[in-house]
Amino acid sequence: MIFIFSNMVSLDYFLTLSIILFSIGVIGVLIRRNAIIIFMSIELMLNSVNLSLISFSSFMGDSQGQILVFFVMAVAAAEAAVGLAIIIALFRNKETINIDEINILKW
Amino acid sequence: MENIQLILYTVFGVLAIFSAIMMITRRNPIASALWLIFNFFMISGLYFLLRAQFIAIIQILVYAGAIMVLFIFVIMLLKLTDEKKLSEIMTYQKITAILFSILLMALLVFTVYVNFADKYTEISTEAETISKAENLGRELFLKYAFPIEAIGLLLLATIVGAVVLAKKKFE
Repeated sequence: MIFIFSNMVSLDYFLTLSIILFSIGVIGVLIRRNAIIIFMSIELMLNSVNLSLISFSSFMGDSQGQILVFFVMAVAAAEAAVGLAIIIALFRNKETINIDEINILKW
Repeated sequence: MENIQLILYTVFGVLAIFSAIMMITRRNPIASALWLIFNFFMISGLYFLLRAQFIAIIQILVYAGAIMVLFIFVIMLLKLTDEKKLSEIMTYQKITAILFSILLMALLVFTVYVNFADKYTEISTEAETISKAENLGRELFLKYAFPIEAIGLLLLATIVGAVVLAKKKFE
């Protein structure tokens, strides 16, 4: 990579970091079987998208990216609350959070 | 001055990637959650580097404070005795998934590199003024007043939904 040797922190640095974190989140969703860890990987992916939004906002001098981050955070909080409630309800009924065993909606 | 920024970026970035990898590989969900909190702090440091100070504080308050406490509470509420038996073995399916994720990462990095290399090399001079709480609050409550109301409704629906879902019996 050429941009490692330049001396300035430019936009592509932050975008690259955001992409790496997003891909780690994708790997976490795909390889883990524990529903809570899959959920945390989704939070990681939301965070990496927030990072790219903030870096665009700062480098272009536009506040709309930061406004969008607020809404993403609010939706992430709502999603976490409902998702964890679903996990609790599932655990009460099936005594497991292994997603391979939660397959009653599978045809 | 730019050198210090580069060093800080490297430290925060490497620690963020490291903690993310630790997060998806730990067996114990509590350890995973703690690594994720560490990752959120590192990303907050990157926000400070991008001169988005208000978002950085909100990141710590909302993500590391509120959401992760919720996660840890739920992990402790569930009696995960069979957690050790959870099959986390490497199958061909998972190895293929990892390979395709890395392919996705390479594709995205390539796209970014083609489109954004040597463009936007410096943080905008307005970055400090636009990320003040004053400016963001004015924009949120004047220009984006309707989305704020919609988010309020969404949070209300979430509270009701979470209580209904986690109730003892449906009936």
